[in-house]
Amino acid sequence: MSSSELPPSLYAAREPIFPRRVSGYFRRLKWWVMIVTLAVYYLTPFLRWDRGPNLPDQAVLVDLANRRFYFFWIEIWPHEFYFVAGLLIMAGLGLFLFTSALGRVWCGYTCPQTVWTDLFILVERWVEGDRNARVRLWNAKWDFRKWRLRLTKWMIWMVIAIATGGAWVFYFTDAPTLAVDLVQFTAHPVAYISIAILTATTFVFGGFMREQVCIYMCPWPRIQAAMMDDDTITVAYRDWRGEPRGKKHENTTGDCIDCMACVNVCPTGIDIRDGQQMECITCALCIDACDEVMEKIGKPRGLIDYLALSDEKAEREGTSPKPIIKHVLRPRTILYTALWSLIGIGLVFALFIRAEIDLTVAPVRNPTFVTLSDGSIRNIYDIRLRNKYGEDRKFHLSLTSDQLLRIELQGTLERSVVVPADSTLLQRVYVTARPQDPAAGIARTDLRFWVEDITSQERASAATVFNGKVSQ
Amino acid sequence: MSDNQTERRVDDETGIETTGHTWDGIEELNNPLPRWWLWTFYACIVWGIGYCIAYPAWPLVKGATEGLLGYSTRGEVAADIEMFKTRNAELSTQLASADLETLSANDALQRYAVSGGAAVFRTHCSQCHGSGAAGAKGYPNLLDDDWLWGGSVNEIAYSVRHGIRNEQDSDAHWSEMPAFGEILEEAEIETAVQYVLKISGADHDAGLAAQGAVVFEEQCSSCHGEDGKGMIDQGAPNLADAIWLYGGDAETLRETITYSRFGVMPAWGLRLTDTDVNAVSAYVHQLGGGQ
Ligand code: SF4
Ligand code: SF4
Repeated sequence: MSSSELPPSLYAAREPIFPRRVSGYFRRLKWWVMIVTLAVYYLTPFLRWDRGPNLPDQAVLVDLANRRFYFFWIEIWPHEFYFVAGLLIMAGLGLFLFTSALGRVWCGYTCPQTVWTDLFILVERWVEGDRNARVRLWNAKWDFRKWRLRLTKWMIWMVIAIATGGAWVFYFTDAPTLAVDLVQFTAHPVAYISIAILTATTFVFGGFMREQVCIYMCPWPRIQAAMMDDDTITVAYRDWRGEPRGKKHENTTGDCIDCMACVNVCPTGIDIRDGQQMECITCALCIDACDEVMEKIGKPRGLIDYLALSDEKAEREGTSPKPIIKHVLRPRTILYTALWSLIGIGLVFALFIRAEIDLTVAPVRNPTFVTLSDGSIRNIYDIRLRNKYGEDRKFHLSLTSDQLLRIELQGTLERSVVVPADSTLLQRVYVTARPQDPAAGIARTDLRFWVEDITSQERASAATVFNGKVSQ
Repeated sequence: MSDNQTERRVDDETGIETTGHTWDGIEELNNPLPRWWLWTFYACIVWGIGYCIAYPAWPLVKGATEGLLGYSTRGEVAADIEMFKTRNAELSTQLASADLETLSANDALQRYAVSGGAAVFRTHCSQCHGSGAAGAKGYPNLLDDDWLWGGSVNEIAYSVRHGIRNEQDSDAHWSEMPAFGEILEEAEIETAVQYVLKISGADHDAGLAAQGAVVFEEQCSSCHGEDGKGMIDQGAPNLADAIWLYGGDAETLRETITYSRFGVMPAWGLRLTDTDVNAVSAYVHQLGGGQ
């Protein structure tokens, strides 16, 4: 078999990409987004928030050991996990909204993969030089200079990667304490393992995988197609203006001078002039690159531009495109916004009505009732009392019912118990109907337990039933 | 399917090379997979083989290959149990010799006793007394305030440790009601039945009950008391309250008096540690009936 007869290879090596430096409006915007997102990520764990003596003073803390989530003034307990679910749904709907309005704006500007890749490329350019120098270095032999540059770059990447993995664990325990423990090698092994894993992923994904993560590993590019329609604004090339392309002296009529600037700056290494492609993360860097060229040759900017599919059609036919606002405001985006706000308002509402004290009642159903020696009927309830205050509180327990019922607390003659700060207490409660009381002989009697925080006089209640003894 | 790979072909429509695979005229385009993906796949295979060597993996006729690391879930559970045993060693020793009456003053010990006692109860006691401790016919309900041999925590602990009417422990609680079928006439037993119904507040035949009072006085009161309220040091049940171990209807009473009853409980002191006996006693005591 001659080589032309060999079956085609089913696997392809990654084509190296050397994005050229670019400046312009969108590049500036991306620098700012990078600064803000990285600052939020690295610095948040060190923000302090005073919650009193018994509670942690870290503003944002996921306390897995004690099963608490702290976010500034909000403290979430495990039974309030619906807040987290709600926030995740909002995040999902938010992505839908932005994608249907502005395409892959999440991918292009704020996705951690994009932000860290951008940072890693910045380091790469700083160490090895811009595109042409990097291409030369790539093709050069592994001599001393190449080794020196590569090692410098990898070391800086590694420092960033360790900082990234390191910052992550600070969200799960008191950051300043952990920082000291980490450098003294006294922190929990889980902390080191987490850091190691995140360091490795940051280093490999940001340094070597880059667009491969977006193209082959991330599910979002596959889902986004369902979110986009004719009105979605994406990055596009005005081929009706640019074609036929060609160098200036070639006397072609199109505006595109085929300088390849847009291709050279693209972090995913594609040619936007081929039309919309799955690989495009709409980072808009090609817009900046082409605008620079258009300015130089004295042509109007926007040969590559943020455009909606419907605009392309309109412009091609010579009619004027819809204003941006009409693209953004359409039933689909309004529906997403409405759903998003609805859940948001619901969560805020739930946040405000939730009490600092709380109880849940679990009636003991094995057995449903107990006959006492004097013929009284007793029901047993396990009541979990919840005290969200940062100090111990005394809770008073009582009940209301249409029928006469008596309440007693296990282990004490009092009607009140002390619930420790920021925790729950399981209290067994006996409710008794004497033989002559109607509740003793009625199958089910409604009753309501009340707890009152003696300090703040807040009250909470929960309804349940009392089972009487019914003769067959 | 034709497997004609001898010449490379480019699809006109897309400009992409085909793999040469054709199904009913439909050609497969070759969009090559990234090579790193292939290496990831190989790495997974290597990992899989390594896993099979290191961990239990291949089912054999009996059991499975053991793996070089000697890991087993059973071993993990055993290690966990050991860990908790060491962690609770101090509480456990304390509980073995603790004064149960004052146990509730020591919060940590009380909590350890009650949760440990719950586990002991579920393992050893629930078969007869029920998982909710509500008992059954012949097996006392431990949630109520009626105790045959006393309901203070120490009395409960004694009953648990030595048992009831068993022959393994000479300190076991022991009482035996005669089978009155061999002593009394059937008619006399009937009058006693009516009398017991009367003192427990149930419907009865007043005439027979009046005769039964005499029989009761002669035969029963030495254990159950003149008023029928029982005697704890005899283990004689209170017949005048609302609680019946075997049943308080005429039929059951007739059977009880004629043939007697002989409920047995093991001496748990012979099988369980002092810690476990104390724990389960503390647990039962706080179920609602403890005195
Ligand atoms: S084509 Fe343009 S917008 Fe898309 S990824 Fe490349 S540079 Fe960014
Ligand atoms: S940067 Fe503009 S002019 Fe240059 S090749 Fe790209 S589209 Fe054409």
